Amino acid sequence: MCLAVPAKVIEIKDRMATVEVRGVQRPASIMLLPEAKVGDYVLVHAGFAMQFVTEQDVAETNALWAEMNGAERTMTELPENERASSRIVP
Amino acid sequence: MTEKVDLHVLGRELLAGIKKNIESLGRTVRYMEVCGTHTVSIFRAGLRQILPESVELVSGPGCPVCVTPDIYMDTAIAYAKQEDVIITTFGDMLKVPGSKSSLSEAMAEGADIRVVYSPLDSLPIAKENPNKKVIFLAVGFETTAPTAAAVVIAAKEQGIENFYVLSAQKLVPPAMKSLLADPEMRIDGFLLPGHVAVVTGTDDFAFLADEYKLPGVVAGFEPLEILRAVYRLTQMTVSGEAKVLNEYGKVVRAEGNPAARKILDMVYEPADSEWRGLGMIPASGLQVKKEWREYDISFVRPLDIPRVEKNTACRCGEVLSGKVTPHDCPLFGKACVPEHSIGPCMVSVEGVCAAWYKYGGGKFQYGK
Repeated sequence: MCLAVPAKVIEIKDRMATVEVRGVQRPASIMLLPEAKVGDYVLVHAGFAMQFVTEQDVAETNALWAEMNGAERTMTELPENERASSRIVP
Repeated sequence: MTEKVDLHVLGRELLAGIKKNIESLGRTVRYMEVCGTHTVSIFRAGLRQILPESVELVSGPGCPVCVTPDIYMDTAIAYAKQEDVIITTFGDMLKVPGSKSSLSEAMAEGADIRVVYSPLDSLPIAKENPNKKVIFLAVGFETTAPTAAAVVIAAKEQGIENFYVLSAQKLVPPAMKSLLADPEMRIDGFLLPGHVAVVTGTDDFAFLADEYKLPGVVAGFEPLEILRAVYRLTQMTVSGEAKVLNEYGKVVRAEGNPAARKILDMVYEPADSEWRGLGMIPASGLQVKKEWREYDISFVRPLDIPRVEKNTACRCGEVLSGKVTPHDCPLFGKACVPEHSIGPCMVSVEGVCAAWYKYGGGKFQYGK
């Protein structure tokens, strides 16, 4: 239910944005994130932008998706300091 | 600065850290997740298998579809069967059983039920069908509730007068409090729902530490993010600290999403709400405020649906509150499987029973 995907804002008309996820464009409302601008990366849930994310998060999600779809492992190639999932080492 | 870290190594290091912490404690710890997406991610990645036996992960009421009670489904089905009604809903509601049937059965009998990706998709349907009442089944936790509120506001702005909501949204913190009030419940901490916290912020979960002296960690959904949160929980269990930490800082802020909260508060107010398996919990749901009642179908066209007590061996309620595992249910994997589910925990892909069944039929071993 509470699934959300990171996407890039391509265009905004009124309070409807066109966002792009892995080359697929679709509409998303920015009613819940009114300060969103073209070029921002946002987390989209149920057709609404919910929060800002960084470009790295999008790259990381896309890399994971590609891996799930059978692509070679690329996650290790992301620099350590840019990867959200590697902030702590015990 | 561009040092490469192998994720496998990081995972092993986190696991070693968890093991070290738990050994120093000398007892079993139980952490509960209250988010269906966490449940699925934990199973998909096999985290239960690789964690030490003394770390138990318990699934709580984290799937909004699963906690929606029979009476709501019966009401939704009754509206769906009315001639002048179009129901819009998220797809995962279709097969949820009411007391007698489901929305998909009503659909097969001719009811006009349309699956939408976004609640906003209801508005064009309402515009195209001016002689119908379009009712969106507003189910979900704090993440989804503001989207329904936003659509109500958009309907008013666009002058759409045939759009309504049938609301059964739930709030996570009151359900956690209700679980903690149960003397049978032994929980050492919570893995807090990342996308709920995107809206609510971490402040809404501060009560865990303040009132119950329990640790909580807001977690992301990738296996390593969950492991890291479990590591943080074990750290706090060992030190006896009770704090609410944010380990999903890339999208979760202390104050959440203020615009979403404002829109939610404009349209909705807290109300007592019934949860499947947990019963009535004070102020744990949302109802449409008086000013917006013309968009609330339960006000505009109230129905008196009789409550039906189902005679079933389904132990969904105890599964949802973490008291038993799906294997303790006599129906699990026998009469109740994903293709023919009896309880809602098996219907939703994010349900606890569905996750246990899909990922190895629950026949996993804890790592040694």
